[in-house]
Amino acid sequence: MLPGDVARRVLGPFADQASVDALNHQLGTDRPLVAQYWDWITSFVTGDLGESINNRPVSDVLSDPIVASAKLALLAFVIVVPLAIAGGVVAAMKEGTFRDRLISVGGLSATAIPEFVWAVFFILIFALGLGIFPTTAQFPEGASIFTQVKYLLLPAACLVCTLFGYIARMARAGTLEALDADYTRTAVLKGLPQRTVITRHVLRNSLLPTIAVVATQAGYLIGGLVIIEVIFNYQGIGLTLLRAATQKDIPVLQSGVLLVGVVYLVATLIADILYSILNPRVRLGAAE
Amino acid sequence: MSLTPEPAGATEIGTASPAAVGARPSDARVATKERLALLRRSKSFIAGSVIVGFWVLCAIFGELVVPEDPLASDPINDLIAPSADHWFGTDKLGRDVFSRVITGARDILIVAPVATILATVLGTALGLVTGYFRGAVDDVLSRIIEAFLALPVIIMGLLVAVALGPSKTTLILTIGILYAPIISRTVRAAVLTERELEYVAAARLRNERTPYVLFGEILPNVQGPIIVEFTVRLGYAIFTAAGLSFLGFGIPPPAPDWGLQVAEHYSVISGGFWWTVLFPSLAIATLVIGVNLIADGVASAFER
Repeated sequence: MLPGDVARRVLGPFADQASVDALNHQLGTDRPLVAQYWDWITSFVTGDLGESINNRPVSDVLSDPIVASAKLALLAFVIVVPLAIAGGVVAAMKEGTFRDRLISVGGLSATAIPEFVWAVFFILIFALGLGIFPTTAQFPEGASIFTQVKYLLLPAACLVCTLFGYIARMARAGTLEALDADYTRTAVLKGLPQRTVITRHVLRNSLLPTIAVVATQAGYLIGGLVIIEVIFNYQGIGLTLLRAATQKDIPVLQSGVLLVGVVYLVATLIADILYSILNPRVRLGAAE
Repeated sequence: MSLTPEPAGATEIGTASPAAVGARPSDARVATKERLALLRRSKSFIAGSVIVGFWVLCAIFGELVVPEDPLASDPINDLIAPSADHWFGTDKLGRDVFSRVITGARDILIVAPVATILATVLGTALGLVTGYFRGAVDDVLSRIIEAFLALPVIIMGLLVAVALGPSKTTLILTIGILYAPIISRTVRAAVLTERELEYVAAARLRNERTPYVLFGEILPNVQGPIIVEFTVRLGYAIFTAAGLSFLGFGIPPPAPDWGLQVAEHYSVISGGFWWTVLFPSLAIATLVIGVNLIADGVASAFER
């Protein structure tokens, strides 16, 4: 629902009014908004996303970038989740020590620094200073998986920095709670080795809230992707949406944003389901 | 509806008798005093205040002290490396990076706090209403709030900026409105426990009008979470404002905004002109860390 004449935008300020009207009619943008929306939403659910203003099918415009973004997001998640959980657990075990302060306060400060600022630091140090990574993320066509990872490592590291603190904090809070619980005391008192207490009793309980949080981070991750893809010039969904936004390519923008919303909702749903599978208390409580 | 804590009265901690019937106001004052004392002792609060204080001074007086006009371009002397003449070098239009970084504090320090105040006021009002009334009002408002939260903030900001055109006002409104629901959830949760307490029932039995119960009785008692939420959201507001500026949907050029400076120059990084992006990036990083340190101190003082 963006103001501004779509056809005028496409044809430029010097086109005469008749051709603007004609293009608006051809695109259907002269019809009532409700009618346009109904047409669009009914074809969206049947998989027809329409055509972009450059006459390419929207599904073609969006499909490659989605795969590209998914690769980057996956790499970031694969790195950040184990790292942040380990960090949070260590911070909780060493509560109040310098290491704890470093992980929890340092982690949260890292989270607050915008992705593009991390990107600047990383590019300056690792790409320009040391020359071990490329300055863009756009790997050559048909690159091997190792080359792809090499190109994607710096952008993923920026996302890791912004996600680490929050996940680590949840893992820390969960672990502290579990360490404090009666069942942990019982396990310690009945003489179980510390390893067993930690893995069987503490971690199983402490990681539950963390998993829910990981999925809600999907929103931040998507927002971060837009920025990271711009600075590393990576042809993902974020860069595509940004380009569509500046060119007022409404069909691409509309479908792209809806897809992002759907991904976001699905991630939250998966978090809820995972949470109830892993936590018998929630499952049994609901069944009563 | 001031959110700042009242100045501590003459009441000493020891003299407040919990048994006294009308003890609530003085209890609150003692609590405020204790919190302020905690804040003064908090290392992270002090460190954060020093950093943020520095940038606030730059925002207010920066234009008077910088060596050059931050907007004056000088194309012959573009992309000069840092030297005695130009401490932070010059950018691709020959503008002095040091002057731009110092004066760049102003825009972000107007946008982020104003947006956060807007979000806090809106979110507090929403949270009080949804938490107090529950039932249909809560259901309807909460669903609308959830719809707002269904898209990542950056994507929403991008859509709004495309629709209304980038400007300082757009940026403030976008961040203010998008953060209000998040704050309202925190306030709502606090109100849910408060509304069951006896003083609320007493006020209702006294036949007080609902706005008075909400703003006169409940609001002062949920101050703590609101102040904590404000400082935390301020950090996120800076984060989001800088991100949107970087994408070109924030403060329009030629303003010396930090995010914008990085956006204008990241394409020349590979040419080795590191100073054009490093210094604005460091400015953003120190400011958000400062705000986060303050938030850390406030949170530990106000959440017992």
